[in-house]
Amino acid sequence: MNDPFVLGGVTLRSRLFIGTGKYGSDSQIPAVAEASGAEVITVAMRRVDKGGEGIVSHIPKTMRLLPNTSGARTAEEAVRLARLARAAGCGDWIKIEVISDARHLLPDGYETARATEILAREGFTVLPYINPDLYVARACLDAGAAAVMPLGAPIGTNRGLRTKEMIAILLEELDAPVIVDAGIGKPSEACEAMEMGAAACLVNTAIASAADPVRMAAAFRAAVEAGRNAWLAGPGAVRSVAEGAEASSPLTGFLR
Amino acid sequence: MKLVINGEQVSLDDGLTIDGMLHARGNDPAVVVVERNGDIVPAAAFADTPLADGDSIEIVHFVGGG
Repeated sequence: MNDPFVLGGVTLRSRLFIGTGKYGSDSQIPAVAEASGAEVITVAMRRVDKGGEGIVSHIPKTMRLLPNTSGARTAEEAVRLARLARAAGCGDWIKIEVISDARHLLPDGYETARATEILAREGFTVLPYINPDLYVARACLDAGAAAVMPLGAPIGTNRGLRTKEMIAILLEELDAPVIVDAGIGKPSEACEAMEMGAAACLVNTAIASAADPVRMAAAFRAAVEAGRNAWLAGPGAVRSVAEGAEASSPLTGFLR
Repeated sequence: MKLVINGEQVSLDDGLTIDGMLHARGNDPAVVVVERNGDIVPAAAFADTPLADGDSIEIVHFVGGG
């Protein structure tokens, strides 16, 4: 089934994006990446410790890096991080993350939209991480975002699609790709997001915190594919309790 | 000369370039990005960019993140 996902002018075959944070050992990442089938992988940018090793050596060379601007509290800080990330020579995709709420790690929509506008003008492929708020989403898209990335639940919580209703509204109203990011804890939740019409899911903690991250990556791959196929297939109508059941087998020719 | 690297006050020999400083710290120039006084220094210019007294330097790289 040929169902490419074109994002920022790039054609992707996988609709599962993965992260590189929180692994027990970064040496798990190549096997996780392989099992996930993902082509896009997120990274963060931080100060180098003396002689410290970065993450890039653990990422398969064929993957597309999606640096985030985590640590940014304002649009200006996000712009600075994005420019530094691009200077690393790994492309011009950037996940805007502007957070000043240290407890719940909820994104600041106003600062995110401002950063999106500046970076889109500079030619970045901008993927803003947002609350699933229609106005913020529209502001980011009007500012040039290639997609929006609403959260399913707060970052790193594995609590699932708590914002399902709001994400459904984004899916209904927006013409741009919606990539569900953050909070997805189980493959069934990623599957559900895809069944609803999400363009892709970004999963980090759920895979990295699993007892067997490689197997969990494979599970998420299957779930995202299943959900996408279900969306493309077009689910049949749901009957209410009041309508009663409808036999799948013929109601004639009974042996009685 | 005295400068600030990643928020820490350090003393380095006069005339040291960015490339020399990275090697002295054990940082691989191929995988880091350097900002000098707020401006990104292209990797191709590391060897030709001398550090100066009072410089503020940031050396960053990609780490795990979501």
